[in-house]
Amino acid sequence: MNFLYAAYTATWIIHIAYLSILVQRYRHLQREIEDLKKKPGLGA
Amino acid sequence: MKRAFPIFAMLTAVLLSYALYEALEVAPTEQTMGNVQRIFYYHVPSAWTAFLLFFINFVCSVQYLVRPNQVADKVANWVTIAIGIAACIAAFVIRPLPANIEPSSVATTGLAMTGLYFLIKKYFSPENTDALAVVSAEVGVVFCTVVLVTGPLWARPVWGIWWTWDVRLTSTLVLWLIYISYLMLRRFSTSSQTPVLAAALAIFGALDVPLVYFSIWIFRTQHPQPVIGGGGSIDSRMLQVLLINWVAFLCFAGLICWSRYRLEILQREVEETQALEALLEPRSSR
Amino acid sequence: MNQVSQTASPLPKSPPQSSSINSSPAKSAGVIGATLAKDLRLEWRSKDAINSMLFFSLLVVVVFSFSFDPNAEESRQIAGGLVWVAFLFAAVVALNQTWARELRNQVLDAYRVSPAPANSLFLAKALGNFIFVAVLEMLMTPLFIMFYKLRALGPAWQLIPVAALGTWALVVNGTFFAAMSLRTRSREIMLPLLLFPISIPALLAMVNATTAILTGELSPRFWIVLLTTYDVVFTIACLLLFELVLQAE
Repeated sequence: MNFLYAAYTATWIIHIAYLSILVQRYRHLQREIEDLKKKPGLGA
Repeated sequence: MKRAFPIFAMLTAVLLSYALYEALEVAPTEQTMGNVQRIFYYHVPSAWTAFLLFFINFVCSVQYLVRPNQVADKVANWVTIAIGIAACIAAFVIRPLPANIEPSSVATTGLAMTGLYFLIKKYFSPENTDALAVVSAEVGVVFCTVVLVTGPLWARPVWGIWWTWDVRLTSTLVLWLIYISYLMLRRFSTSSQTPVLAAALAIFGALDVPLVYFSIWIFRTQHPQPVIGGGGSIDSRMLQVLLINWVAFLCFAGLICWSRYRLEILQREVEETQALEALLEPRSSR
Repeated sequence: MNQVSQTASPLPKSPPQSSSINSSPAKSAGVIGATLAKDLRLEWRSKDAINSMLFFSLLVVVVFSFSFDPNAEESRQIAGGLVWVAFLFAAVVALNQTWARELRNQVLDAYRVSPAPANSLFLAKALGNFIFVAVLEMLMTPLFIMFYKLRALGPAWQLIPVAALGTWALVVNGTFFAAMSLRTRSREIMLPLLLFPISIPALLAMVNATTAILTGELSPRFWIVLLTTYDVVFTIACLLLFELVLQAE
């Protein structure tokens, strides 16, 4: 039974880990977009 | 389009919760293996999803290489149609099918492959096809990791071993390794033609995996070893729970791919803008 | 100027009529032969690569022998795997060498603009690597036989086609991936990362065939057929796709 819960938990840990990586990358991108908007002459 | 995402996300969350409930409570307990067998409801859908995603990557890679060349493009179209037709014919002509596969699933798989090829071709421009390739490879690796983790966790209590070199496990491991090397190539490549190199690697991978599967299958039929998750018929209630979980995970995979795809497209735009900005910089700073 | 004289040009002297050159098998063979001769000549002249590779092979055999010290019976069971892993590492080091030299002297750019078809260049490179790795294997094998007290119980002559097919399997994909890795950071580690997963079916076949011949218990025929299939499939794939890899800047 422990193995069953371990397997289900492991599955969700893997998925949540990947989603956190995506969120981090998105935040990083947002910062870069803000930086770009501040540059003159590009005015996104 | 923007509103569809949160709705879809909530729907998926509900579906996944329901699928979990079904897997843990509703599905009947297996005779010999007991409750541990319920890992099956996470292990198998993840495997099917991973294979689907890797197949999408293969299709995108082929299209990326083939589209610039008119002749190759037409040839690829006809080959794809031929594969679909061949799958339908083979499903009903070859008797008996190996490993208890149903004829209907062979035919459906063949047609789905052909349909997928033309759908991707229609709705994705060449550059977006490459973005889709990256996305499907990454998400595919995530799901494949789940398969390789849940597999041994299932095998250990049931068969007493963490791992064996049987057909399915070995092929899945090789597939996982190939796609990790694919992602590493993408990350470390400094070439402007990275998509081309990666596409070539994906095609090598697609040639390789059937060889692995076939060679181990022949070897193991000569030297029988434990087969994890062996074939054989399945209880209809279990099948139902399996399919519910598969649909739930497919939706979940779709959700992740959608997010990752938007992220990828956004990232490419940002990189282009940054490159443009680097070009303009010297002039504007004066 | 030094670069030009060092890499004596293998290019055919006829004017660049690309279509006629591409379609003539005699000229392709000419290109292959000339490029191969150039590579072999360079290796022979420089000798530093050969010497370091020789010493590396010796070290590999000695280290393996210290790590695993089986009796004659056991060694027949495991020697197949050990020998091929040792050959695999030697091959990777050799493959990394050959393309790195090309890059140093910007010969790659010369290849790209030459009218010679990409396939011929690939075959020449692959054949050169094959000869190089085969020489290494021939030097390492007696040492292995000595350290592991090996004696084949099955038909020993069958080891030769197994070795040839297996080495070609490693070299053909290795040459292709080495060319792919040229445009990456961490070039040296990239080659094994790409090569090992794809080579798994070939490695399986090589090791099992060798073990079958050494122990004499099983027929290696299936594995030899598998190796041949692998070689054919991937040689064709490499020939078809090499043009793309060469042109990628």
